[in-house]
Parts: sequence; structure tokens; C-alpha cells
Amino acid sequence: MPIFALLDCNNFYVSCERVFNPALEGQPVVVLSNNDGCIIARSNEAKALGITMGEPYFKCKPLLDRHRVRVFSSNYALYGDMSQRVMEVLGRLEPEVEVYSIDEAFIRLPAAKEEGLRILGMDIRTSVRRQTGIPVSIGFGPTKTLAKLANRLAKKHPEHGGVFALLPESGIGSILKGVGAGEVWGIGSRSTRKLADHGIRTAYDLSRANETWIKKHLSITGVRTMHELQGVSCFPLEETPQPKHSIACSRSFGAPVTKLGEMHEAAVSYLTRAAEKLRQQQLKAGCLTLYLATNRFRTDQPQYANSRTMTLPCPTADTALLIEQASRCLKELFRPGYAYQKVGVVLTDLMSGHMHQPNLFSIPRRNRDPLLQALDRINQRWGKDTLQYASAGLSKPWHHKQAMKSPSYTTSWRELPVVLAS
Amino acid sequence: MNHPQVCRIPRDDRDEFILYSTAMNPTSSPTVSAVYTFNRTGELKRPLFACSVSAGFPSPADDYIEGRLDLNELMVANPAATFFVRVAGDSMIGSGIHHNDILVVDRSLEPISGKVVIAVVNGELTVKRLIKNGENICLKAESPDYPDIHMVEGTTCEIWGVVAYVVHAL
Repeated sequence: MPIFALLDCNNFYVSCERVFNPALEGQPVVVLSNNDGCIIARSNEAKALGITMGEPYFKCKPLLDRHRVRVFSSNYALYGDMSQRVMEVLGRLEPEVEVYSIDEAFIRLPAAKEEGLRILGMDIRTSVRRQTGIPVSIGFGPTKTLAKLANRLAKKHPEHGGVFALLPESGIGSILKGVGAGEVWGIGSRSTRKLADHGIRTAYDLSRANETWIKKHLSITGVRTMHELQGVSCFPLEETPQPKHSIACSRSFGAPVTKLGEMHEAAVSYLTRAAEKLRQQQLKAGCLTLYLATNRFRTDQPQYANSRTMTLPCPTADTALLIEQASRCLKELFRPGYAYQKVGVVLTDLMSGHMHQPNLFSIPRRNRDPLLQALDRINQRWGKDTLQYASAGLSKPWHHKQAMKSPSYTTSWRELPVVLAS
Repeated sequence: MNHPQVCRIPRDDRDEFILYSTAMNPTSSPTVSAVYTFNRTGELKRPLFACSVSAGFPSPADDYIEGRLDLNELMVANPAATFFVRVAGDSMIGSGIHHNDILVVDRSLEPISGKVVIAVVNGELTVKRLIKNGENICLKAESPDYPDIHMVEGTTCEIWGVVAYVVHAL
């Protein structure tokens, strides 16, 4: 029986900041989302102060100020680079790795005893920490779901030294009784409520639930999760990334937007990014969704949120054609008199760029691929938005704020970390 | 009077071209008097030469090309563990490390005694020479103007990485 492991970087974004700024060690630190909107990462010290995940920054600012919490805007150039380093070190230690997210990876291992796994886990942990500076936790289990749970327990109980194995011989059942059903991988808040209404409160209850009931209320994925809790592996290791089903781009505005013109500029900018990603992966989109929303935390202001999805006349990766459709969506959705906080685009119904079903009734257009390739090449070589569509605007007053961003320590020669020789 | 002009455009763009030229010259209409399409009837037979054409002599070096040298290969043994940092100060001048130089730091190297290292001192990244003598650890400056740092028993000293190369502009 193979064993799965989940490696998870501890408070990843905070840890990245600490590698290059060791004075932050032992201090409460938080990282904010794009546009300094919400808390998206907390050090253990910040967690202990009662700062919660996803809390809007303006709401907890008094608490942060009172405890002198160090606050950072998100620095994705740094986090992305550090993530690659962690995965590279892991990849050299273990042959079968699935990079699951920016800070998590699953590993498949041959069957082993608990003691052997603990030693292996410690080795991986030490190597990653030493070579990248990032502390990680590792959980082992006979399935991905149990490995993920073991990882949670490794983090929760520091006495295990960041490594924990959840194996049949160590008595999974008694441990599952102490874990809430909502803490299980893939069980969201809606499922948790459904389960609780049916008397299923712990992970143990879920592992012993009635399969027919689970299938009816939680779908087949719920049944698989249930089997995984019983120790039967249902989710295999996916070493090659799945082709994407959608590409999304949205950001909160730096300042609320009230004018259609500025909304249009923002939508076009995000669409430009999404179309670039589309072309990078040699895909075309068949469907476009546009959505907009006011700031739901500002309950004192009138609220409005809406979205529209349209099927494109012909699947495309051409920014100009996408802009044309998105502009139509936006004009239909936009209502004056609101202070908007966000606009976003989602491209779906993705297909390979080589597949093409021409529309019977449309006039064939000239092939614009060379134009798009030239556009992408210029922007790659000379920097993002060297060439941009005029409708994306130039001054971009809505552009997001990153007032407290740390330097791009590892990706810019001008922002290297400074070492003292004094 | 305007002379008629003949111009060649892709066949697919015929309709767009008529619209365009009418829009550009709204006063003098009609500007496009006629659109002729390419007549594809008839075939001109060409002979096929089935032999290769040599253009100049082959380079005698062709068999010896080995690719260019890459400084990364020389200075970055382990990319995942290698970081670049900039030096502020001249306390390491004796080791050829000047103010504003860039250091190539490899975190996977063993911090053995005698190596130039980046150490965390009072929460700051500091470059010093590491001297281990039994239990005694000393972070040595390489300039008489700066004192060495002796690790007192009980204090911990975190070695952040080992300096592998120094990049110095002349």
C-alpha cells in the first residue's frame, strides 16, 4: 500500500518575508491581499492575537496598531519565486511529486513503517528549511485526505516537530473522533452544515456515514472523501497539471470607481491579462463571464453586484475580439450611482488553440495570430504593457494599492537584500 | 480628373476595402469603380529540380560547436538554494568584498570553519568569516577597523548561508 504525504509551508507568505527580514522572527506579522483589502496570511503570533483569516484590513487596523503587528502588502513576485525553490528542493529529494498549490505538494511514497516516515519527513523538512529558509510541515497517510489531515495535526501540535503520520496501525479512528467534519479536505461550509443537520459532526462520523445518503447530498466526491477517510485511496497523485477549465482575472480597485469609463478600462486591463494567459497555454475561450460588485463590507453604501456570461461567436484568444464582447456585457451590467469595488473576467469553455470550429454564418477573418504573437513577444521582451490596447487607459486611477510591499528580493537586481559589512 | 488606380488586396478583404475607401473619400463617389478578382484558370507547369543546392562551403567549425559559456554554470551550483545579496559597508575588505558588491550565497553549502558566511546578528543579515574553535564560535571581520563578534555561551547564531562568489565591478 503506497503512502501519501502532504508538504505544506507554514504561514507561507509570512515565512517568505521573514527569510529576508530576520527581525520579523518572533514578531506578529500579517500579509494583506491584493489592494491591501483583507488579511490573507498570519504568523502564529498574529493568530494568537485573535486576528482572523480574510478579515478586512480597515476593520482590524486598530487591533493591529495596538499590538504593533507588522503589516505587508502581498509580494507575489517573491512568493512565486520562493514557492518554485521549495518545489525544486522537494523534487530533487522525491521522484513522485504533485505541486498542489503555491505552498502545498503531495508526494507518493512506497509503503513504510511509521518510524521510517518520521525520519524521512524530518529529512525533507530540514533540507527545505536549510536551502530555502522556509519552514514546512509534513503529514503522512494512506490516502491524500488522511495525509492532509495528518499535516493539520502536525501543525496543531508542535510537540510532533512538524511531522505527523496517520496510519492504520496508530489507530486512525480515535484521532478522527477529535477532528470536525468541516476540517476534512474538500468538505466546505455548506456541506458541513448539511452533515451537521444529519448528525455527522466529526471526521469519524463521516467515515462511517451511509454511502447512499452521502452520494445523494454530497455527490460522488463526498463518497470518495468518505472512502479516503477509511484508508481507501480514491484521489490519485496527479503529476502532470490538469488542463485548466477556466482563466480568471479580477482585482479590487485601489479607490472606489463610479464611472463607466474607468470600469471599462479596468475590465479591459484584466481581460488583456487573461487573454495573455490563454495564449501562453495555447488555448481559446468559448465563453466569457464579466462580473462587477460594490464593497460588501461598506454596509452604509448602496449595494449592487451582477454578472453576465456570453458565448463567443467563435472561440478565440484574440484580445480585441474579447474586448468587444466584454464591452457589451459591461454596458448591460453597469448601473450608475454605485461605488464599485471590483470588476472581474472569467474565460471558460477552453479548448486547444489548434481545434477550430468555424462559424457557418460568419465572414472568415484574416488570421491575426502573427499580430498577437508579435504583441506577446514585445511585452515579454520590454515588460508588461509596453504595448497595450488604448481602451485599457493610461493613468489607471483605479489601479490597486500596495502601499506596504517588501522589495522583490529575488527577482530584481535593484532590490536585492542588503547584508551588513560593518 | 482623377486617373483610375489599380491596387492589389487580399480577396477576403474585398468588402472591407470597398467600405474603407468609400469612407475615406465621402465627397467623390463612387471611388471604387471596379473590383477584379484574380483569375486562377490555366496552369503554368514548372520543372522540379530534385537535387540540393549548395550555397558556399560548410564551416570547418561546424563539428566543434559546443555552445557558449554561461556564468550561471560557474557560479550557481544549486539554483533553488542560491540567493544574491548586496554588501553595505567595508568590514570584509580583507577578503576582497567591497561596499556595493554582489555576493552569490549558496544556502546548501555546509557552514564550516573558515568560510565567509551570512549570519543573522541582532535580526540583521551580516557578512563575516566564520571561525569555529571547539565550542567557541567567532564571526570575524576582515578589516582592523571592525571588531569580531564572539558568540557567548547560550546565545544562538543562525547561519543564513555560505558565500560562494563575490561579483565586483572594476
